[in-house]
Amino acid sequence: MVLNIFTDIHNLLLEYMSEEATHITELILIAAAYLGIFAILGLLLVWLERRVAGFFQLRLGPNRVGPFGLFQTIADALKLVSKELTGTVKADSQLYRIAPYFVITTALMSLALIPFSQEIQAFDINIGLFFLTSVSSIGVIGIFLAGWASNNKYSLIGGMRTGIQMISYELSVGMAIVTMVVLAGTLQISEIIELQKDGWFIFQGHIPAVIAFMIFMIAGTAESNRVPFDLVEAESELGAGFHTEYSGMNFAYYFLAEFVNMFIIASIAVVLFFGGWLSPFGITDAIPFAGLFWFTIKVIGVIFLFMWFRWTFPRFRIDQLLTLEWKYLLPINMVNIVLMALMVWLGLTL
Amino acid sequence: MEEFLTDQLKTQEYFLNMGPQHPATHGVLRLLLKLDGEIIRNVDMDLGFIHRSIEKMCERNTYKQIIHLTDRLDYLSSHMNNEAVCLLVEKALNIEVSDRIKVIRTMMDELTRISSHVLWWGVMGMDIGALTTFMYGFREREMINDIFEETCGARLTMNYNVIGGLRYDLHENFVKRVKEFIKHFKKKLPEYDKLLTNNVIFRKRIEGVGYISEKDAVAYGLNGPTARGSGISCDIRKIHPYSAYDRVDFEEAIFTEGDSYARYKVRIQEMWQSLSILEQLVDKIPEGEYRVKTKAVIKLPEGDYLQRVEAARGDFGIFVKSTGQKFPYRVKFRSPGFANLTALNKMTQGLKIADLVAVLSTIDIVVPDIDR
Repeated sequence: MVLNIFTDIHNLLLEYMSEEATHITELILIAAAYLGIFAILGLLLVWLERRVAGFFQLRLGPNRVGPFGLFQTIADALKLVSKELTGTVKADSQLYRIAPYFVITTALMSLALIPFSQEIQAFDINIGLFFLTSVSSIGVIGIFLAGWASNNKYSLIGGMRTGIQMISYELSVGMAIVTMVVLAGTLQISEIIELQKDGWFIFQGHIPAVIAFMIFMIAGTAESNRVPFDLVEAESELGAGFHTEYSGMNFAYYFLAEFVNMFIIASIAVVLFFGGWLSPFGITDAIPFAGLFWFTIKVIGVIFLFMWFRWTFPRFRIDQLLTLEWKYLLPINMVNIVLMALMVWLGLTL
Repeated sequence: MEEFLTDQLKTQEYFLNMGPQHPATHGVLRLLLKLDGEIIRNVDMDLGFIHRSIEKMCERNTYKQIIHLTDRLDYLSSHMNNEAVCLLVEKALNIEVSDRIKVIRTMMDELTRISSHVLWWGVMGMDIGALTTFMYGFREREMINDIFEETCGARLTMNYNVIGGLRYDLHENFVKRVKEFIKHFKKKLPEYDKLLTNNVIFRKRIEGVGYISEKDAVAYGLNGPTARGSGISCDIRKIHPYSAYDRVDFEEAIFTEGDSYARYKVRIQEMWQSLSILEQLVDKIPEGEYRVKTKAVIKLPEGDYLQRVEAARGDFGIFVKSTGQKFPYRVKFRSPGFANLTALNKMTQGLKIADLVAVLSTIDIVVPDIDR
């Protein structure tokens, strides 16, 4: 039925090699494909950010290189790749080198769980959401290491801020997810999406779902280090924060990972609240790969929200950031989980 | 537990070198911060990175030439600085300029003030993290710069004032353009409030931050909008009116809270007042000469001369000691930014690094003005 591209490839490989070798080759192929997706996603999102910024700031944004300036970011990436990797003499060179890979690896690992459509999801395990949250926590280490190993006071302050910020806001992200898991009753991403066939969770879950969505958006912005929570690299205070001392490709890793992380946060929001790749009222359910279209549209909508925040809001101060999390978001979140549990227990959901 | 922590974990204050190359110091200002974590214990200001000895250079230039040097002090209020020199010489030589000159100078002053404050507003937002304000500020600043360009031929260092009047007559489009600008700006200024002033995060960031009492403000010699945020009446336009300021009706913007938000409000209020001054004058530019004939070589009679004007950042003063030669014997510029910057340490005691940036931008310094 569905275009059996993946099965075809599998059979083709089986003709030439043993089963184990096929398995390994397939894994490598998938990894390569995801690396490609990673780079393309990052570059496209950077382009989108710059266009949206132009839209908000009474200017055009990149529009010279290629159609609508699409190749501008590719040109920038080429420049970054070809640049010399510089570092400070007093940096802890091994930690300094390894730090970007923490960020990029965790971003890639999270990307594997993202359901681009019904057919495209590399890794659908029954603890999907749990895996996502735990993997994305590892990414903090990369930023923290970068801040420490650079041996630069600005980087260090940025790194310390990361530690404070990411650990605090992970709680809110996690708890917002837990709220929705209470409603769904499963952690597996494909099942969560299937459950939304009759109505997206944001409608099914009434008020607790809406509250969870708002908290998720706020905490998600903080998790991806974007304005108003970009204290980690607060350019007017810290220059560039944790990646002050990074150049060339190492810098590009952080830069791309930041955008891919934003994509991941937006994807989780879409999966949890807006029905993932499901089309509205099931209009295109029969068409293969149509899910990709709906998923993209929904994710771009959420990403646009993130960008809207970024180009409108000023930045929080570190103590205000913590106040917001520990005094407001966390208590609200806890009450919200109980509310959601009560609703599910009483069968009040749609 | 607490004893264990204090015994086992030693914390220590450290120094952070902010600048001379740093996005938040608005030029080449070096701040040496003594920090306890993120809390500021002390701020040392290290100046002189773009010291060009302009005061000394003035001693080797004629009075006509000095005008061009004053452009390079506070480049955002270049017209006011020029005017200070011209007023000083005109007062010393008893040159009476026509009403037309006075009115045009006043209008140019106010346009400069708006363009300077608009830039400050944009940078203020940017320092606090709202990058978009910068572009919005520049939209209005471009309009003013276009007006300047048409009349003076320059956009930043205008050199429009000469001793005894103005370099050129007004461009024929001037009145029309200024009217367009007034109409445009009246619509856009409330937009500034929507975007930044009424933003919750922004208000939380600057309300109650960077407090300086009226007494301390006087002690540090603060002036201009920075002092008016602490409730001090110090507008030279009101105290010693010059040019056409005695015939226009405007209010001195004073707020008494003494925090960053008060200083912010002062500048927003000043933009409204400048707009009202422009409105009053734009239809009433008298006919007349745009320049009074002066001697080719200007020599001030022996003595001391002082002229103050209200530049965009405050009280800009020029002191000249003349021995009757064509060069001044000594020149001293009293720049508003220098006095205002000295209070930075007092204002930021116990605040966070992020607050330092916010406070610094409400002081609104221009480093060439401080270093001279």
